[in-house]
Amino acid sequence: MPTVWLVVFVIAVSAFGYMAGRHRALQSAGGDSRALHSLPAYYGYNVALTVLVPSLLVLALWLFVQPILVDNRVSDMIPAEAIPESSTLGLVMSDVRRVAEGLDIAVEQGALTEQETRAIRTEFTDVRSRLGELGVALGADVRPEVLQAAQRYRQINATGHLLMSIAVTVLALGGLAYSYAATNKDFRARNVVERGILALLILAASLAILTTIGIVLSMLFETTNFFRLHSWTDFFFGSTWAPNFRGDSELSILPLLWGTLYISFIALLVAVPIGLFAAVYLSEYANGHVRAFAKPLLEILAGIPTIVYGLFALLTVGPALANIFGRGPEGLLGVEWMSGATSVLTAGVVMGIMLIPFVSSLSDDIINAVPQAMRDGSLGLGATKSETVRQVVLPAALPGIVGAVLLAASRAIGETMIVVMGAGAIAKFSLNPLESMTTITTRIVSQLTGDTDFASPETLVAFALGITLFVLTLGLNVLALYIVRKYREQYE
Amino acid sequence: MTDISQQGSGPAAPSRKHGDTLMQLTARTKRRNAAERRFQAYGIAAIGVGLLMLAILVVNIFGNGMGAFTQTFVSLDVELLESKLDKKGNRDIEDIKKVSTFGYAPLIKGAFEAKVAELGLETDLKSKAMADLLSKSAPAQLRDYVLADPDTIGKTVSFRFLANSRVDGYMKGRVSRESIENDKNISAAQLDFADQLIEAGVIEKTFNPAFIFGADASDQRPEAAGMGVSMLGSLFMMFVVLALALPIGVAASIYLEEFAAKNWLTDIIEVNISNLAAVPSIVFGILGLAVFINYMHLPMSAPLVGGLVLTLMTLPTIIISTRASLKSVPPSIRDAALGVGASKMQAVFHHVLPLAAPGILTGTIIGLAQALGETAPLLLIGMVGFIASNAPDSVASGLMDPNSAMPAQIYEWAKRADPAFYERAWGGIIILLVFLVTMNTLAVILRRRFERRW
Amino acid sequence: MYDTAKTESAVEQMELKIEARNVQVYYGDTHAIKDVNVDIEDKTVTAFIGPSGCGKSTFLRCLNRMNDTIDICRVEGDILLDGEDIYDPKVDPVQLRAKVGMVFQKPNPFPKSIYDNIAYGPRIHGLARTKAELDEIVEKSLRRGAIWDEVKDRLDAPGTGLSGGQQQRLCIARAIATEPEVLLMDEPCSALDPIATAQVEELIDELRQNYSVVIVTHSMQQAARVSQKTAFFHLGNLVEYGETGQIFTNPEDPRTESYITGRIG
Repeated sequence: MPTVWLVVFVIAVSAFGYMAGRHRALQSAGGDSRALHSLPAYYGYNVALTVLVPSLLVLALWLFVQPILVDNRVSDMIPAEAIPESSTLGLVMSDVRRVAEGLDIAVEQGALTEQETRAIRTEFTDVRSRLGELGVALGADVRPEVLQAAQRYRQINATGHLLMSIAVTVLALGGLAYSYAATNKDFRARNVVERGILALLILAASLAILTTIGIVLSMLFETTNFFRLHSWTDFFFGSTWAPNFRGDSELSILPLLWGTLYISFIALLVAVPIGLFAAVYLSEYANGHVRAFAKPLLEILAGIPTIVYGLFALLTVGPALANIFGRGPEGLLGVEWMSGATSVLTAGVVMGIMLIPFVSSLSDDIINAVPQAMRDGSLGLGATKSETVRQVVLPAALPGIVGAVLLAASRAIGETMIVVMGAGAIAKFSLNPLESMTTITTRIVSQLTGDTDFASPETLVAFALGITLFVLTLGLNVLALYIVRKYREQYE
Repeated sequence: MTDISQQGSGPAAPSRKHGDTLMQLTARTKRRNAAERRFQAYGIAAIGVGLLMLAILVVNIFGNGMGAFTQTFVSLDVELLESKLDKKGNRDIEDIKKVSTFGYAPLIKGAFEAKVAELGLETDLKSKAMADLLSKSAPAQLRDYVLADPDTIGKTVSFRFLANSRVDGYMKGRVSRESIENDKNISAAQLDFADQLIEAGVIEKTFNPAFIFGADASDQRPEAAGMGVSMLGSLFMMFVVLALALPIGVAASIYLEEFAAKNWLTDIIEVNISNLAAVPSIVFGILGLAVFINYMHLPMSAPLVGGLVLTLMTLPTIIISTRASLKSVPPSIRDAALGVGASKMQAVFHHVLPLAAPGILTGTIIGLAQALGETAPLLLIGMVGFIASNAPDSVASGLMDPNSAMPAQIYEWAKRADPAFYERAWGGIIILLVFLVTMNTLAVILRRRFERRW
Repeated sequence: MYDTAKTESAVEQMELKIEARNVQVYYGDTHAIKDVNVDIEDKTVTAFIGPSGCGKSTFLRCLNRMNDTIDICRVEGDILLDGEDIYDPKVDPVQLRAKVGMVFQKPNPFPKSIYDNIAYGPRIHGLARTKAELDEIVEKSLRRGAIWDEVKDRLDAPGTGLSGGQQQRLCIARAIATEPEVLLMDEPCSALDPIATAQVEELIDELRQNYSVVIVTHSMQQAARVSQKTAFFHLGNLVEYGETGQIFTNPEDPRTESYITGRIG
């Protein structure tokens, strides 16, 4: 039966189990709930959870693992000779899957019976057009090996699904029987249930690790696929980015890295002085009213979604800068330095605006953490407030501020929308901030949202870019944390 | 140590080292005070720049976006000629359906001619040029009306049609006679005619709720584009995030805060959570693409997938704020519960959790608000590049059918070549910001109302 | 420890360094210091004693206008330094604090090197024109602070790396480096162990050769050991002021007597 029905079945059994368990517990105590070890509800939950948890867990695991196993079995069926020149096993396998899905749809719509799907042969039927009639588009004619593999694929899947249904049902009913039998007034239901809940809590907490592992593995997997098709030395050390959907692209990260770092640098150039001075003024000089007014307003800048900043860059800041630095005689300076609205300066300035509250609130916390005794010592010597800030407070807060700047840099490097809309698509090494330069994040978006085939190097390179980005930002975050922690003791 | 008996040893303490009198500032002090004032000025300037940028943003958004909420409409009386629509005269719906939208175009031309005659307007324009003033969706609007109610054939009905985007731009000041010199879609003569119609009150600009609630439209019809369907997409995603991230986040926080032993495993989990909070959002998009779409073969562009990706992104935020709320409940509460014989889990679920609930709720709302504005991961799972034109008809289809989301829709509009879409992008931002401001205000109100200071 | 008779007679000839008349201090609406009149003599150690919360530290902080840093604090009355009203609007506290130095209860060296800690004051006030002059000032201050021998080979080490007693002597040396005329000390030994306390007390006695020292202390024994004049504060009032010996052996006011015999405070 379909998976959804299976889940509903399990839930129904567990609900039934709840009521049955509770009833039986009360019965065993002669109707007096006080004689029970735990509250009656716990007995019910015990049965319900014993039904629900193992079976759903097995279901989830099975659904996760079955595709891998099936894929492995079926790909063994495809002989190496059957893989055409321009293709890979992966591409052939996706063909197999598509044909199998097509056959599924055919059965669903009643165009073919199960019998027919198993009997169909490429020699006798034009499978492609047959499936095309049903709305299933296939890129090329169906080869015999592919069809056989697809039929086998469906077979194994069906068997696996059947086995899974049996396993889950057995677990559910078995769990029901086992826990029901164990239910009596002396059974410590509450303890068992609480242990079960604790296990679920631990599971939830491990999701964080699972996510990290998932991120790393998924990107690593496709990256290794990529490096099989494209040399890694060229990726990391080459100097051109020029994807070409006909193949033979130049795919190196360095021009993109340059664009990313240049834009982040400009963003920090804007955000750090403004953010730092604002934080200093707000924590050292501003009275209560100013603080209550200015701080929340600056925080608003932090809450604005990046798409808004992106649009701002594309439609307001870009054209404004172009008016100043470009458009020849019509522009403000009468020069033609800037050709379009997108440029490093556009994206950098807007990103800087976005980062101001980030730097400001982190610095504010750090400056406030400097003990007042230090300020008193300096003021007692006859220093002015600005001298105290410049020569005592800020040097004491320096590690924290460096940490904040690194975190801001990490945020700038990983930012996507502002650069997608404000920085352009050209990859180059240039020092001119008025030129359009693209970044790592922009290219990830463009390579993964184009129409290129998924298994081609042009698409897979996005994963390599992604994992580089991940490592880079992770490194910056860890470094920031390390610096803050290492130097924090100096005035404890 | 120096010998005590030597009184006043070494050079005597200087008698008047720091200026002769306190009443006069030394030159050096004046310089230092000037430096102090400059320093303060820098601080004020920095805050000023920040606030100025905020002001510029707000002015920009509202200045550019408010226009999207009004739209230009043309009021015409159209005679639904039986000769064109139902030649056989038997009101058979199948026959009427056979008349395509092309068949309705002559009706519009006729309506214009009638209007011109009625108002006594002088113009050299042919009726086709007049009909081109309307949005390309006008004939379809007629057709839908007739199909819904075939009995109206033969009558003259008043309609309000959308004007095309150039006329709309003209009404809003975006389009002028100079700007359309090379524009094939409209001519100066048409604009002159439009002026006449404006004077006569046939063309007017009114509030357009279809922008907020309607579906998106194709590249050529910016005047018909609306946010409604993508709003539903965002809504479904937020449901998924709420349904998944809240329980999982609270469960994880409870474990980490109340039950976890301080060992290496817990450390790893905590490090992971703070790292995930700082991972760029696009990496989550890659994860979503690789795992949910490629591996689990979930449908592309589905709000379910978007919701799953956003759940993973919002989870660290919710965990961090939930932990803070749990931490703020004083240990005396836990001790009191344990003291009457509750188990640790009962103490947590019956006592600590309800007390921490306002803080958890606030943190969740703020997390949802952040998720609502995320765009990058949605781009990777395919939520742009098509037209969100059909409202989902059920919960299942709402989750599984391809749809867009508000920020992705805004991005899509910004990408289209027609400048009329820019206004709609700004307008979409206003709608998005309304949602965000509401959610954040709600969170602040909740916090003020329910927060307890222990 | 010291020959009180000899030092007392020497004291009578000293000129008045600080004169306070009708000083009131308000924290918001609370009247913290009431009608204080006291004279601080030059080249003398004056002790402020009294139970906790009696206002001695608050009054001390008025003498170098450190109370300015607290928004809700308001000072009325006259405090004259060498005849000039320090609360006159023309006076910049920055210049005042170069003349009136302060040492705090808990040692608070800057997270800089020992050299930079001492050099900070002279640098901001422009007291040295060359590096050589600055080195001289630093050495002199460290010597006067009785800590030179212990740190002379590690002037670049961080100031926070010293022991508690050394840190406090460093702070005293730092305060001296700006060549003040008055030194205010707010319970300088309360965070130190007895040996360090003894070192600092010896230092205070030397310092009085060159500076006026005002020391707030909650230890009567300390006041008796180091000071020549003592002022007893109680609930914001200056109850009695006089020669140290006389205050401790023959106080005039019954409140003073209650305090020194241990019945109050």
